Amino acid sequence: MLRYSLKRLLSLGISLVVASLVIFAVIEVAPGDPARFMLGINAQPDTVAALRAELGLDVPKVQRYLAWVGGMLSGDFGISYTYRVPVGQMIADRMWVSLPLALMALTLSTVIALPVGLYAANRRGGRGDMAVMGLTQLGIAVPNFWFAMILVVIFAINLRWFSAGGFPGWDAGLLVGLKALTLPAVALALPQAAILSRVMRSALIDILSEDFMRTARAKGLTRQQALWRHGLRNALIPVLTIMGLQFSFLLAGAIIIEQVFFLPGLGRLVFQSISQRDLIVVESVVMLLVFAVIVVNFAVDLAYVAVDPRLRTQL
Amino acid sequence: MPQRFTARALTPVLALIATLSTASAAETDITIGMQLEPPHLDPTSAAAGAIDNVVYSNIFEGLTRFMGDGSVVPGLAKSWDISDDGLSYTFHLQGDVRFHDGSAMDAADVKFSLDRARAEDSTNAQKALFTGIADVAVIDPLTVVLTLEAPNGNLLFNLAWGDAVIVASETIETIKSNPVGTGAFRFVKWVQGDRIDLVRNGDYWGTAPALEGATFKFISDPTAAFAAMMAEDIDAFQTFPAPENLPQFDADPRFKLLIGSTEGETILSTNNKMPPFDNKLVRQALAHAIDRQAIIDGAMFGYGTPIGSHFAPHNPAYIDLTGNSVYDPAKAKALLAEAGFADGFTTTLKLPPPSYARRGGEIIAAQLRAVGINAEISNLEWAQWLEQVFRGKDYGLTIVSHTEPMDIGIYARPEYYFQYDNPAFQDLMTRLTATADPDQRRAMLQEAQTVISTDYVNGYLFQLAATSVAKTGVQGMWLNAPTQAIDLTGISWAD
Repeated sequence: MLRYSLKRLLSLGISLVVASLVIFAVIEVAPGDPARFMLGINAQPDTVAALRAELGLDVPKVQRYLAWVGGMLSGDFGISYTYRVPVGQMIADRMWVSLPLALMALTLSTVIALPVGLYAANRRGGRGDMAVMGLTQLGIAVPNFWFAMILVVIFAINLRWFSAGGFPGWDAGLLVGLKALTLPAVALALPQAAILSRVMRSALIDILSEDFMRTARAKGLTRQQALWRHGLRNALIPVLTIMGLQFSFLLAGAIIIEQVFFLPGLGRLVFQSISQRDLIVVESVVMLLVFAVIVVNFAVDLAYVAVDPRLRTQL
Repeated sequence: MPQRFTARALTPVLALIATLSTASAAETDITIGMQLEPPHLDPTSAAAGAIDNVVYSNIFEGLTRFMGDGSVVPGLAKSWDISDDGLSYTFHLQGDVRFHDGSAMDAADVKFSLDRARAEDSTNAQKALFTGIADVAVIDPLTVVLTLEAPNGNLLFNLAWGDAVIVASETIETIKSNPVGTGAFRFVKWVQGDRIDLVRNGDYWGTAPALEGATFKFISDPTAAFAAMMAEDIDAFQTFPAPENLPQFDADPRFKLLIGSTEGETILSTNNKMPPFDNKLVRQALAHAIDRQAIIDGAMFGYGTPIGSHFAPHNPAYIDLTGNSVYDPAKAKALLAEAGFADGFTTTLKLPPPSYARRGGEIIAAQLRAVGINAEISNLEWAQWLEQVFRGKDYGLTIVSHTEPMDIGIYARPEYYFQYDNPAFQDLMTRLTATADPDQRRAMLQEAQTVISTDYVNGYLFQLAATSVAKTGVQGMWLNAPTQAIDLTGISWAD
């Protein structure tokens, strides 16, 4: 177990170094100068040069890369070119929107998907199963931004139960904050729930035909009891894999949803920073997302071992 | 009948809720939507119009200021004397003006602000506004003298820009995140990515505004902006990003449209040094190949005023020169043949993100194709546009709205991205700057408009309309946009 963890940890470190190189190279190669973007088309060349010097953009690229990586290792992400505030603080502020949103969406999609998957697998081929399969197909097909707009039209414009978007901040109260995140979380969660319930269903169906399930039934358990006690646990591996992927997706993929609901989250920060060529912010946020994805995958790998004791002896 | 009883019992409760919710929407505050969020709040070190939208005349004030009709009136300077040779301006400051931190605003702050803007290492995006100033001298706490290198008829106008506001040396370090000015509103807080809150300044030296507070909310997505207006989350939206939604607001009794004019001359910029555009006949052919009204109707849903030169129609010195470039494809073809391009040619049309450019570009490309010019469209982000087109001058044609007020002077800069190099025009601009007499200035401005119109420097398309949306009860918002600003001081709610 320890060796396994260390091996995973090493590959995690290598992934991060490679990712940082690729991110820096790709973003620095993109045409556009943050100083000129800020000063607009009337600025004189000497003014642009003065701002470039002030921002530290006249330093060679290799040196900037090393400073950036070195800074991140000590927890300092640098100063945003456009906003002129520490990038770390900006990311932390935005995390307070993006992370709760992703967690809400993940919880919601899990709470919906597991029972639905269980129900459908239990009634395989029946009318209920058909209905679930049809609805989930629809859920996967509908893009979440379109679904988000429909939610806005119904619940914000017509019923006026929610605002059309925006985030008042957690200091306005926990309930107010949660309310503001409800529609975006639903819009994010439903397509994910559709995917997850289908995975849950097919995993359970595979399990149902396994020998140990037949044995469980033979020793007198009802179909339900066998499913709950032996089926569910074994079906969790593929479900965990998908959930790991989904969490990264929810964190990074909320870019569009954050646009639709004009939420001040990480996705919107990246979006704005790219157009303003606030390179250091883009680099740091992308790096952070990569880090999150890698860490979540690492955690999922460890969770497999927790769920499936057989993996422990194989290692 | 228990059911009916319940309904009847609930009625007063519902009525109470309804009353409470209307009462909570106190009509002394306003929430205004904007598409772009300011990068920071220092108007003196960036070009972003979003900064001026929030701070101009609300938080920061200059010696002079723009009014909604474009006129320049006294601001922190209550009056001024100009020496006979036009080289020295003595400004008399308003007495008893305090910054929001309680410190007094005096002549030393004026000197600090202007010296900072024109300094060697200044990062003022409009540094050119201050170039002719030789010296700023403090006479007494309420008197400042500006000495110029040469007479400058534009000085009072230049000082009204958001880039020329008066800031305090004590608070300059934190101006970007915590702006401290002299205006009628104080900065309260900025939830980055979401909104900025302002509150009325109780110690304001001038007329107290009607509003007690204001919130600027940033919504970049046009669909989200539409939803937020419809859900009445916001009370007004400055320059609504989707012109196609405007008729819907117009038809809704809850809202009204505020249609005015901006300082944005929208032009088909042409690379005057790149063949074949170095040939005036080709540029003239371009001008006649373009149907302006079709572009205004197709790209802007009818909002916009045709222009025939680089000058705003609402300016008193404006002359209508659209007659120089009437839509005439046959004439365009003849001109191209005369220039040696009877079979047409291929060029690039590089388009920045705004819808006037992207939509207008499609229409222009089709119109040019009709006379044999093949314009290959490429869509660019702003940062790419600045790099390739503006700095690199690697383009044939592009579409952009020049939103700075009174910017005909850019045609006197041969290194400017459309690379128009006409010594006679440059001389005219030098003389204009040195002239203070209004009649002479007007004549010179009209001559300037005519020169660039008949030289067909660029394709002159239309003056960008200011298209804002507000709830019916909102009064006093600027219709026109003589500068980028959302002046809160005049806004109130109808009873």
